[in-house]
Amino acid sequence: MPEVKSPDDDGVQIDMISAERMEGLTSMEKIRIILDGVRDGNIVILEEGLTPDEESRLIEVTMTEISPDEFNGIEIESYPQSGDDEGGFLGRLMGKESTPKKLTVIGPANQIETLHKDETLISALVSRN
Amino acid sequence: MGLLTELRDSISRAAATLFSEQDPKRIGIYGPPNAGKTTLANRIARDWTGDAVGPESHIPHETRRARRKENVEIERDGGTVEIDIVDTPGVTTKVDYTEFLEHDMEKDDAVRRSREATEGVAEAMHWLREDVDGVIYVLDSTEDPFTQVNTMLIGIIESQDLPVLILANKIDLEDSSIQRIRNAYPQHETIPLSALEGDNMDEVYDKIAEYFG
Ligand SMILES: Nc1nc2c(ncn2[C@@H]2O[C@H](COP(=O)(O)OP(=O)(O)OP(=O)(O)O)[C@@H](O)[C@H]2O)c(=O)[nH]1
Ligand SMILES: [Mg+2]
Repeated sequence: MPEVKSPDDDGVQIDMISAERMEGLTSMEKIRIILDGVRDGNIVILEEGLTPDEESRLIEVTMTEISPDEFNGIEIESYPQSGDDEGGFLGRLMGKESTPKKLTVIGPANQIETLHKDETLISALVSRN
Repeated sequence: MGLLTELRDSISRAAATLFSEQDPKRIGIYGPPNAGKTTLANRIARDWTGDAVGPESHIPHETRRARRKENVEIERDGGTVEIDIVDTPGVTTKVDYTEFLEHDMEKDDAVRRSREATEGVAEAMHWLREDVDGVIYVLDSTEDPFTQVNTMLIGIIESQDLPVLILANKIDLEDSSIQRIRNAYPQHETIPLSALEGDNMDEVYDKIAEYFG
């Protein structure tokens, strides 16, 4: 994010991106924001996650950008969709593309490690490098 | 005018049945690296066509290009179901070439393998959005099924309304847990099997015919 002063100490920058900021952007613009942040070594947190189609494109673009000794890809975590019984109903009510969007954390694969994950808690370890 | 429309309609109807008979459904075999996708694809291909699809290996990212086996005719209950099977590279969000070095690989080879792997995964994602009519999702039942990649991929498949069959592979191994997979994806049917030993393949073929026939 341009408005943040660049951290010259060796801290870890976290960008929390509001749903409002992402609203109205194209899939590719969202993916660019995420990958630019992650490639700078930042942890990106999305208030509202991506649609399945955007997730699919994010994986695809990530793959094309991986480069040995430079970028290993991403770690991404979000809460799982609740079981189909309620989730499916809600999904159907709201239409396919707007399945409940969930808080999502994305970071550089070599800096973030998921320690624990269940329906209600994601615990991750972030290292400086 | 009316005649012409009628003619056009009947031609397109004929074309539709023609194509639906000629074009077998394209079934993508997806899943994380090392789950046994190629072992399964080879078993299906060998059982029904006599030859294999591609090499299997304990080193992840053995498959780095989607490979298609066309016109696989599976016989069930007197009828046949014809499908194309597409064995895809294991999907992941990260590839670190240094992990291949642990498998006694030279750096050059490891870097090449990782580059091919990333291209292959990108291609597999593209296929999933554009070119498959159904999915067989293979999981190693000795591993935790509840990973972000699995959840995302199954979400992507669901959002495209593709029929999906989840296979719990490697049930010949002691740590195998089918229930863990059923719990993680209760909205789908999970079929246990050992692609390596050929256990429970009859049920797998029954379900393939049921889902993709
Ligand atoms: N015990 C056991 N091992 C299996 C089974 N199926 C596959 N394997 C082994 O698992 C390893 C990976 O198998 P592959 O078929 O190459 O896996 P893949 O999913 O195609 O892997 P990638 O192409 O790397 O994504 C190999 O060593 C196989 O022999 C099974 O049912 N039981
Ligand atoms: Mg393979």
